[in-house]
Amino acid sequence: MNLAWNAAGAAISVRRTALRANCFAIWLAALLAAAAPSIVGAEDRVQFNRDVRPILSENCYYCHGPDATHREADLRLDVRAEAVAAEALVPGKPELSELVARILSDDPDSMMPPPKAHKVLDEREKAVLQRWIAEGAEYQGHWAFLPPERPEVPAITDAAQRARAVNPIDHFVMARLAQEKLTLSPEADRATLIRRVSLDLTGIPPTPAEVDALLADTTSQAYENLVDRLLQSPRYGERMAQQWLDYARYADSNGFQTDSSRQMWRWRDWVLDAFNRNLPFDQFTVEQLAGDMLPDPTPEQVIATGFHRNPRLNGEGGRIVEEWFAETVIDRVDTTGQTWLGLTLGCCRCHDHKYDPITQKDFYQLFAFFNSIDETGVLDSEGGNRGGGNSRPVVPAPTAEQREQEVALELAIREAEQRVGAAEQQLAAAQTAASGEQGSDWDAAMAAVRGDQTAAGWEQLEPTAVASQGGTTFIRLDDGSYLAGGPNPARDVYTITGPLPAGALSGLRLEVFPDASLPNQSLGRATNGNFVLTGLEAEITAPSLAQAIVVKFVKAAADYDQPGYEVQTVVGNPPGKGWAINGNEPAKRLPRRAMFVAEPVAAVPADSTLVVRLKFESQFQSHQIGRFRLATTGVPPTDVSLEGDRVPEAVRAAGGTEPERRSAEQRAALAAYFATRSDNPLGRATAELAAARRKRDEFRSNYSMTTMVMQELPKPREAFVLVRGEYDKRGEKVERALPAALPPLPDGAPLNRLGLAQWLVAPDHPLTARVWVNRQWEKFFGTGLVKTIDNFGLQSEPPSHPELLDWLATEFVRLGWDMKALQKEIVMSATYRQSSRVAPELFARDPENRLLARGPRFRLSAELVRDQALAVSGLLVEKVGGPSVRPYMPAGVWDETSKYGDLRGYKPDQGDGLYRRSLYTIWKRTAAPPTMLMFDSPSREVCAVKRSRTNTPLQALALLNEVTYVEAARTLAQRMLTAGGTTPRDRIAWAFRRVTCRLPDDAELQVLLAGFERYAARFRADAAAAEKLLTMGAARPDPALDKTELAAYTLTANILLNLDEVVTKE
Amino acid sequence: MNCNDRLFLGLDAAAREAVARRTFLTRSAAGLGLAALSLLDGPRSTAAPVPAASLGALKNWPHHPVRVRRVIYLFQSGAPSQMDLFDPKPTLADRRGENLPDSIRQGQRLTTMTSGQKTFPVAPTIFKFARHGQSGAWLSDLMPHLAGVVDDLCFIKSMHTDAINHDPAITFFQTGRQLSGFPSMGSWLSYGLGSECQDLPAYVVLTSFGTGRRDDQPLYDRLWGSGFLSTQHAGVKFRNVGDPVLYLSNPPGVDRALRRETLDDLGALNGHRHAAVGDPEIQARIAQYEMAFRMQASVPELTDISQEPASVLEMYGPEVKTPGTYAANCLLARRLAERDVRFVQLFHMGWDHHGGLPNAIKGQCRDTDQPTTALLRDLKQRGLLEDTLVVWGGEFGRTIYSQGALTATNYGRDHHPRCFTVFLAGGGIRPGMSLGETDDYCYNIVADPVSIYDLHATMLHQLGIDHNRLTYKYQGLDARLTGVEGARVVKEIVG
Repeated sequence: MNLAWNAAGAAISVRRTALRANCFAIWLAALLAAAAPSIVGAEDRVQFNRDVRPILSENCYYCHGPDATHREADLRLDVRAEAVAAEALVPGKPELSELVARILSDDPDSMMPPPKAHKVLDEREKAVLQRWIAEGAEYQGHWAFLPPERPEVPAITDAAQRARAVNPIDHFVMARLAQEKLTLSPEADRATLIRRVSLDLTGIPPTPAEVDALLADTTSQAYENLVDRLLQSPRYGERMAQQWLDYARYADSNGFQTDSSRQMWRWRDWVLDAFNRNLPFDQFTVEQLAGDMLPDPTPEQVIATGFHRNPRLNGEGGRIVEEWFAETVIDRVDTTGQTWLGLTLGCCRCHDHKYDPITQKDFYQLFAFFNSIDETGVLDSEGGNRGGGNSRPVVPAPTAEQREQEVALELAIREAEQRVGAAEQQLAAAQTAASGEQGSDWDAAMAAVRGDQTAAGWEQLEPTAVASQGGTTFIRLDDGSYLAGGPNPARDVYTITGPLPAGALSGLRLEVFPDASLPNQSLGRATNGNFVLTGLEAEITAPSLAQAIVVKFVKAAADYDQPGYEVQTVVGNPPGKGWAINGNEPAKRLPRRAMFVAEPVAAVPADSTLVVRLKFESQFQSHQIGRFRLATTGVPPTDVSLEGDRVPEAVRAAGGTEPERRSAEQRAALAAYFATRSDNPLGRATAELAAARRKRDEFRSNYSMTTMVMQELPKPREAFVLVRGEYDKRGEKVERALPAALPPLPDGAPLNRLGLAQWLVAPDHPLTARVWVNRQWEKFFGTGLVKTIDNFGLQSEPPSHPELLDWLATEFVRLGWDMKALQKEIVMSATYRQSSRVAPELFARDPENRLLARGPRFRLSAELVRDQALAVSGLLVEKVGGPSVRPYMPAGVWDETSKYGDLRGYKPDQGDGLYRRSLYTIWKRTAAPPTMLMFDSPSREVCAVKRSRTNTPLQALALLNEVTYVEAARTLAQRMLTAGGTTPRDRIAWAFRRVTCRLPDDAELQVLLAGFERYAARFRADAAAAEKLLTMGAARPDPALDKTELAAYTLTANILLNLDEVVTKE
Repeated sequence: MNCNDRLFLGLDAAAREAVARRTFLTRSAAGLGLAALSLLDGPRSTAAPVPAASLGALKNWPHHPVRVRRVIYLFQSGAPSQMDLFDPKPTLADRRGENLPDSIRQGQRLTTMTSGQKTFPVAPTIFKFARHGQSGAWLSDLMPHLAGVVDDLCFIKSMHTDAINHDPAITFFQTGRQLSGFPSMGSWLSYGLGSECQDLPAYVVLTSFGTGRRDDQPLYDRLWGSGFLSTQHAGVKFRNVGDPVLYLSNPPGVDRALRRETLDDLGALNGHRHAAVGDPEIQARIAQYEMAFRMQASVPELTDISQEPASVLEMYGPEVKTPGTYAANCLLARRLAERDVRFVQLFHMGWDHHGGLPNAIKGQCRDTDQPTTALLRDLKQRGLLEDTLVVWGGEFGRTIYSQGALTATNYGRDHHPRCFTVFLAGGGIRPGMSLGETDDYCYNIVADPVSIYDLHATMLHQLGIDHNRLTYKYQGLDARLTGVEGARVVKEIVG
């Protein structure tokens, strides 16, 4: 039905309406007076924002509102001039207004809303609209789009109430209550209050000692001191971060089909640290949205930009990159809208907003702020589809502790570089000075270069391949030695292949070196640093040889033999235990050499290759050599000795040249030669430098962790309106701009992400501060002053206390966006400190506590339910930040629905990881932790600013039976026995107080005592059952305790942890 | 009476059915037999006044006569090939290996798995088709069991979707949106209609891996999630290992009697607290603990198939006794339907046959053909098919052209959103018919297109719901399962 808005129709309706006009005033007043508490009283003027707009927005704007493409009859009711011009409204004359005729009509062809809209105005709504027109049909701008004006704080006339008021919050609340002839409830008792405020600010309930301290502190400052202490606790940031992680759709997986892992916990730690250091909300905002664009940003400010790298990234095989790039950017616009503006911008990806003055073009103009990150918008191939990983842009993300360690390692490198420099200078001096003037080190080294080359004639083997049977990997170091790494098999054989000079082979030398990367910085790969070489084989191959020559070694010697493990046994017949060097002893971790003499001497033809196999096959695990170098010689067997290297001809020539005649090349050749040898200061310093660098690199590779960040392209990408929101249907090209209905960019702010962030936190922005203070209010009271915390648009519910909302918003800005100060203001108020007890009449009158005539009472969040159980049982491991952990989770949760990705085969951690606070639990988006979901956590796939708060049988099953809670009950029971006194009565009272902060009354104690006695009797009769109950969880019960007694107390504690009062903030 | 009583009473099938019908008409919280707990109204949201009985959020339901009381959705995840199972194209046999004409493809976007392919060789099915039953429905020889019940089925060969990759497509099918954050169809029903069964969740999900392609396709919590609806409406996924429902079992050493004792003590304490602080939420919590206690009995009773006659077990096939198989889940679906669980959804994975389709699809059909057929027969013989809607199908179709090489015996097929087949059976659906037609290449729809929204609207229609009136205020909009672009009830198939 699409009705023409024509004069004939109007004439008919006017007549009909006129008949009703006489009695109009009477029933209208009656209806309004009977309205719900938040609605206008009969004596008030109708206010457009409070009374009228919600009705028009809900029932009319869909067809007669801002969206031009779906506008019916060319009539819009959201703009007064147009509605008046169309005679829908005749100000002052409801009986002449077509709108009134239509809403009162019962003719299906003319009534509004039309039947097909499935909207029905009730009598009160019809009355409000008529009175509004009678009073002149004045419009107001939507309250949330107008800057908040700081209201006067209302005076409280009642002296008793005035005395209770702590701060302006109470004045606003009391003034509203006074209209209803209500007052605040009495203050909650102190035990309730300390539990309430501790849970609210830190997420952890107080200990009995903390309760006692508050009860004992009779000064007027006691409560405020408590609040200050809680705000300073590191637990505060952990508590505050939880909510922000929902907004930011933070998780440890990439989402979508494969849902492989990513690492964003450094960003999560930034958030909780920002709360803990009370980073003002404006900076908190700017750093997360555009920290990378700040002048000279710190690493932490860049890490903060992970906020908008948290969206899921599609890695599905057939994905079309353009499509998912668009979705990633759209997610950012939507999330920014929800998080900061409380606006449902997401509606506008496809069409102009149905209710709010935001067009589809506005949406893509905002899109243009977020589409120029140096990214693909999908999961990088190097990010790994199945294997997991981060997608660019990324930055390395060491922790603060790691960064400190790294600085120390860098310092060691600088020092080693200086020593190399000093040695080079010494050598330069030695090269030019006459012999004997530079001290023995250099003299000996120079003499060795010039010395007898035929004595032992060791020539370094330059391998073409070094391989391992067991998977060990090798890297070549500057001195020609090879360093083992990677897998560390129990046994191994190294095979070294390299060219062998023609002539003779009479000996093989093995040098072994300590290395910083090896266990105990020793020479071997065994955990104690030792090695055992059990065998040595060598053979020579050459094109001219029909078969390989197997070299037979008969004699061996080393510069050190571990007693019982002499090197001779390697070549002995029968073979002995092998060669070891006491690498387990700190004093013995020195470079070692061994030589093996061949007999007969092997003749080596041209183009020969030597293959050497080092065998490590002793009874000791992983006793392989860690770093080694090989050399060969061809001198007669009798001349083979450990010392005496053959010096390359060029070097020897340079050494033999008079210093003053040495060419630059010769000096360089000498320096390069000395740098590879340990018999001179340069060689030793060079080796130390290489070791220092390796240590640093290795350290870095251990934290090779990165975190995803924003990084702007030098040239922005183009942006277009996407017709119906579809990536492949480009419409008009757009530039960055802000919605016309909202304020412009602040003066001087750049037209980019940074400017956008600065705009959000401009002091006169109408939405940001209101949205934030409203969500804070919801956190403490369970319902926002604006109930629709996710929507401040025209379809939002008007604030229950508009002046209070605006006062808080302006106060927040006045305080410099100080988050802790705002929270302190709220929790200090008498409003917050009220008892939450409620009489049936008051409950019936105000079930949702919108008038705030009582304190808040609602179930704890998923995280708090678990954290509290861990805390009161003493299991909680408090450690701030770090990689995500794996607490208990039933087998198969990850695997029953996926064989993709690297997040499969979940295994709970051992030890601390089982007992950390819940915000550290690893989060896989497509299979999130079940107990978190059961208690209403969002899945973290998309931004969620509102959690539902349910009460279900699955929650009951989890609290009764899940291992975390059963283990917590048993641990609490154990503490009842060891710390709770000596009688069942004392112990039960102690535990009751531990979990509720109050002592049980007689009736409660009776129920628990009688129950305990019955359970104890049951377990005495069935000791096996008691024993079984004590098996749940990784923590072991104290064996000294009586099992039946402990089991009975465990059931009592299980009941305590399931009390409604315990899972509820009272 | 709770909904399990008729099972406890050991009635014969006819008597059980009669009782079931009676309880359907009269069920309310007051009938739960726990007078002390007048609040037994199933899960509900905090801070709302406690209603005497919660039948869900729909006003004036039913909007029109109710045809079915429950839905069993047999989701074939990964997307079965319509031209190898239901929609034969005999004329294509001669075009084997020819390139798909541009006039047919019409610029259709392709996934990046085949968009780089140089040719798109037509791969006619290698399976034999025949007509079956009075209705003469076409089926390939991969579904011999189903051939015996085709006269109970209604095929829609003209389904189409917007998405081309699995994750968005299956999300679209389940929630009406390709993106995360929206409620699944079962949670819409839970929200709209509440639960008919006080001992079991309103919405149960059962999953199984297929043998056709053992590593495909993952499923996600969101597919049975509640999106922006309260989380109590999320589907409860029964697990294939351990407790069927998470944390159902008492800790070792605690038997049912002892649990009863502890719950009595807990109830007494919570009741005492309620007297002191006045919050009705406490009473709701007491009720939830009682429901949990009942579930501890009702769920094991549900999953215990030891009393099923051998003839019934045989009908479902050899895997019926292996938990976590499609066959076991089909039997479980029947048992859930008997207990008035509103929406039972099976997901069987493994239909994503990009390569090696002939072999893989045989495995999938071996998994599903017999149990699906058995479920239909079993429901029918118990009189349950009359008021149960059964739907079988995947998230999109597959391409007529081969992904990768086409050989005489082997081919693969990529994702195809433009047409695919689902079938329905049961309450109020016209049996023995086929709706919709595709072109000679099984590539485009030429008659009676049915969107996913249309299918959703039709399912809701059979439940007595006008899909336009099943709404929830979200972000200022009246959100609905069937989206904003309009949907129609497919009247042609509604008897």
